Amino acid sequence: MTTTAFYRRDRTQQPLPLSPGYKSTVLRAPLRPLHALEQTALEQSGPALGHTPLGPLDHDLIRNAATTGDALGERIYVFGRVLDENARPVPNALVEVWQANAAGRYAHVRDGYLAPLDPNFTGCGRCVSDADGRYLFRTIKPGPYPWPNNGSDWRPAHIHLSVFGEAFAQRLITQLYFEGDPLIPLCPIVNTIPDKTVIDRLVARLDMRNQEPFDCLAYRFDIVLRGRRQTHFENRTEGL
Amino acid sequence: MNDRLKETPSQTAGPYVHIGTAPQTIGRPALPNQPGPVIESNTGEVIVIEGRVIDGAGAPVRDAMLEIWQADGMGRVGDYGLFARATADFDTGTFRFQTVRPGPHAAGHAPHVAVLIFARGINIHLHTRMYFPEDREALAKDPDMRRLEPEAVATLVATEAGQTENGVPLYRFDIRLQGKNETVFFDI
Repeated sequence: MTTTAFYRRDRTQQPLPLSPGYKSTVLRAPLRPLHALEQTALEQSGPALGHTPLGPLDHDLIRNAATTGDALGERIYVFGRVLDENARPVPNALVEVWQANAAGRYAHVRDGYLAPLDPNFTGCGRCVSDADGRYLFRTIKPGPYPWPNNGSDWRPAHIHLSVFGEAFAQRLITQLYFEGDPLIPLCPIVNTIPDKTVIDRLVARLDMRNQEPFDCLAYRFDIVLRGRRQTHFENRTEGL
Repeated sequence: MNDRLKETPSQTAGPYVHIGTAPQTIGRPALPNQPGPVIESNTGEVIVIEGRVIDGAGAPVRDAMLEIWQADGMGRVGDYGLFARATADFDTGTFRFQTVRPGPHAAGHAPHVAVLIFARGINIHLHTRMYFPEDREALAKDPDMRRLEPEAVATLVATEAGQTENGVPLYRFDIRLQGKNETVFFDI
């Protein structure tokens, strides 16, 4: 089994745990520093969730909860590659997504926003990356919605993503935003990331070449997971 | 080295994490091969782990989602490693895993369960470990635990809490996000 260590997580590229503009962090962010530990074979391996079969429509949120017809909204592909920090594709990564419907309402018992539910949409999807790390969802573009934070703040349109690579050390949950959304710079959750260039890496780009003509727009979003430290052995030309 | 790509930044899982990761907890069918809170394994003694994530005001975090990853009962990781996912109860905030007691997977290290915590207000998941109270000797020798103060180690050790209604050994593991007994969280 490979047990090469992963690069330490670069916390300068991550949101601040305590970000008072996002009020829920005030009582939930740990106040003591993290304690650094060496990895063991436990963190360097992970559950093989991307090796078990999924449902045939798990990646298609337009149809996977349809009862009377397709989900309502702007039809889009969300696609990209799962890579590691060494720019190698991560195959068999499990990507789970959840999102609000086109009106900005979640199909969740705890969401009381007045916008209507869509009887053909639950906003739950999954897919697994292929040998080149490619993944693809078909969905509708979620709507923005208000939430109580500093009065009525508004979330930009976003899709939640949960990613399992090959190791527990690579575990990641994040959100993707959509290019050009004027709510992005106003969002207290986005702004838990202090560096604008880092925020930009959460913005999916419109990709006209990958549209489905007369059907569906396309947004590209690449996901980068932690990579393993390079070894001399790996740098050698094969056969030498 | 500088041409390395940068890791995608994390964002909070938010309060609606159940839709995508645990639909069975909001009245929908589980998806095929969806991980849940119960691990089936015949490699060790079956145990139950119960607890709450507690915020800085002492309130339970009722929207938390937790994941565990551990060695099997024989101390094997990799393909033999065991994974489960549980969400906090909407009313009480209690989470509950059924698993098997892990064996030691690394020489000199006390057996433990890796625990990740996701929730609204947690911008990047928290990583902690649960150790077992009966492993006092192994904990005293564990190189990771020896670098921590005893009060810090204590935040990582579950308490024996009798048995479940089915006679399964029950461990209690509360995770405190802030305060005097703030749980130790790791950068691993």
